[in-house]
Amino acid sequence: MKNWLRQHGLCFAGAIAQLARTPLASLLNIGVIGVALALPLAFYVVLVNVQNLSHDKSPVPQVSLFLALDAQAADTREIESLLKKHSSVAKIRYISRDQALADLKAKSGLADVIGALGGNPLPDGFVIDAKDNSAAALESLRDEFKKWPKVEHVQLDSAWARRLDAALQLGRLIVLVLGALLAFALVAVTFNTIRLQIVTQRDEIEVAKLIGATNPFIRRPFLYYGALLGLAGGLTGWLITLGGLHLLNGRLSGLSDLYGARLRLQHLSMPDTLSLCVFAAALGWLGAWLSASGNLAAFDPQ
Amino acid sequence: MVSFSQVTKRYPGGFEALKAVSLDIQPGEMVVITGHSGAGKSTLLKLMADIERPNTGTVLVNGQNVGTLRASAIPFLRRNFGLMFQDHKLLYDRSVYQNVMLPLNIIGYGAEDAAKRVRAALDKVGLLGKEKALPVTLSGGEQQRLAIARAIVHRPSILLADEPTANLDAAYAAELGELLRSFHQVGVTVIIATHDEQLAARLQPRRIVLDTGRVVS
Repeated sequence: MKNWLRQHGLCFAGAIAQLARTPLASLLNIGVIGVALALPLAFYVVLVNVQNLSHDKSPVPQVSLFLALDAQAADTREIESLLKKHSSVAKIRYISRDQALADLKAKSGLADVIGALGGNPLPDGFVIDAKDNSAAALESLRDEFKKWPKVEHVQLDSAWARRLDAALQLGRLIVLVLGALLAFALVAVTFNTIRLQIVTQRDEIEVAKLIGATNPFIRRPFLYYGALLGLAGGLTGWLITLGGLHLLNGRLSGLSDLYGARLRLQHLSMPDTLSLCVFAAALGWLGAWLSASGNLAAFDPQ
Repeated sequence: MVSFSQVTKRYPGGFEALKAVSLDIQPGEMVVITGHSGAGKSTLLKLMADIERPNTGTVLVNGQNVGTLRASAIPFLRRNFGLMFQDHKLLYDRSVYQNVMLPLNIIGYGAEDAAKRVRAALDKVGLLGKEKALPVTLSGGEQQRLAIARAIVHRPSILLADEPTANLDAAYAAELGELLRSFHQVGVTVIIATHDEQLAARLQPRRIVLDTGRVVS
């Protein structure tokens, strides 16, 4: 066990030494991988931010019910009890007109305009989650609610939710396709780098094999090198994205100040960052493995 | 320990390096294979260590049929051997110490044990003072002794030496002959391919003479 650790320690140190031996080539390689990863990464970050912005991570269509402005507290309670008894309703949330006004002031940046109005123009409302989210079921609910007393307006937000969802799915597809293509690029870059190393270390590999080195033993330092290259590339991609977000947030804060709202793009979450590192290292490892396995076969006896 | 029966080796292009060679080498023997260049001496050694494979016939090493070994088993066969090559095959970008350490790293010795063995091997060949030197700074004789140290550091049971005295002057060659004899005396099977008559005469081993791929005596 101790020897096994020592062997791996030697390989790890060897891989770092190899990176340091050709600093310019290593930096360029890491840069290529970093840029390749930054593209899908940036897309993904924007996607996640748009998703968070919509407040609803998996858009479930809701029904909004607004009472007439002259509705009394008793009317509101009656509607509430009707909704609670209704068999197709899963969940309701009551939003009083005062609360709605406070929310609007806080979020929209229209505080000045609202202040100028004098009174509260907003009605009491309910936000309703239906048990069945199909379009037909929601529409029949809407028609039913409309007939209730003191109900001024019933609105389905399923349409925009679906549009957003479709757009997000398109975005996810783009991220996936870009990610797959550039993952291939990462594998190709490590493959070629390792192939070049095997060519330049031909003598060393030949001697090692003659002395009794197994293929896994010879492959191991290359695998470490590939994984390190991938990991460094992944971190570079992360930093590039960070830099891009920093620039963008600088612009966005100017823009959002004008509208009195807070808009800020968040970078990758911790779990996402970790998966990025693991993913990039694994791809580097894969490229190295393919390269080493393919190129070592030439050393076997004829 | 090593046994050939009716072994023929034909290289691509049709050249037959060995023709129906049969021979037996017992454990602890010292054998010198002689013959003019191109007689098949190097090929014979390469077949033993599975660097080449026979076209017909079988090569047995410690009872294992070398010609049919799986690729993954070859490294473990080779660890039975200490190999000395005509062109040394030293690693010129590594120190003397690291060159000798290589076989121990490959086999997976612990750090302390390995360091002890490397020093013992370097001491044996008289290079203990030069462990930090790079091989290019060594003389021809010292490089050959470094090759020996690397070949014996893991205490193999068979030492294969291909033209060990090539490019050495008489004094160095005599010194090297004594080194090889000392390994034979501690029980290592020593197999030497050489056309150096002086070396053969000094060691007085069993001789196998090859002529154009056939064993003639």
